[in-house]
Amino acid sequence: MSKYDIFFHKISLIISLALLWIMLSGHYTPLLLLLGLLSVIIVTIISSRMGLITFDQPILQLYFIRFIPYGIWLIGQIMKSNIDVCKRILNPNLPINPCLITLHLSQASTFAKVVYANSITLTPGTISIDLEDSSVEVHSLSATGAEGLKTGNMDKKITHAEAAPYV
Amino acid sequence: MSNIDIISGALIVAGSLSIVVGLLGVYRMPDFFTRLHAASVIDTLGTILILSGLILYQGFNLVSVKLLLILIFILITTPTAAHALAKSALHGKIKPILGDD
Repeated sequence: MSKYDIFFHKISLIISLALLWIMLSGHYTPLLLLLGLLSVIIVTIISSRMGLITFDQPILQLYFIRFIPYGIWLIGQIMKSNIDVCKRILNPNLPINPCLITLHLSQASTFAKVVYANSITLTPGTISIDLEDSSVEVHSLSATGAEGLKTGNMDKKITHAEAAPYV
Repeated sequence: MSNIDIISGALIVAGSLSIVVGLLGVYRMPDFFTRLHAASVIDTLGTILILSGLILYQGFNLVSVKLLLILIFILITTPTAAHALAKSALHGKIKPILGDD
């Protein structure tokens, strides 16, 4: 990564932190704006000294935008599996059948792998236990939840979102 | 009471009920990993329902944008915490109870 790239990363970090400050503060007096500017600059200096700015992201940190349609689909899945887990909890017989499965990861970037592992954990009934380079180990509450992951529907959707064009 | 107040109240009550169901699950499940599954019902269904009820109650202003940000950050951080717990439990030699298959 060249010095030019790191410079643009710093600028985009400053802009996004400043927008976050303005949105969270809600007060626009000169003193508070000055304090905000000061803290944004301190955070940028600290994160560049920690070497956090050389992360494998594109210049504009809008990488997450392509995952928004996927996020809407994911909320639907979360609701479905929540209803399933609640039914199992409320059933007097407690019909659970825990199992461990290993899934193959087809994503290229670290970010997409983290999105996949986090989506598995976010969906009730499945938890990602161990994340390695090209596989993830999953603990599932029931065999049906494990079958749903083995079809690879979520995996395909994330790989598709990862390959979407820049916005 | 307008219609929106009734809808947001219903969402908040449903979220509270789902938290009770999640707690019942934490109490009933047999081992560490299955308890984590029950706790993730609280993290997802409970927070989504309660915070969306509060957002509807506020209408569109600075407070509701902050509530939406809280919801997004909770949905990013809780699976990370659950993954860290599960991973350290597995590496700390806690054997998960497995079904008969």
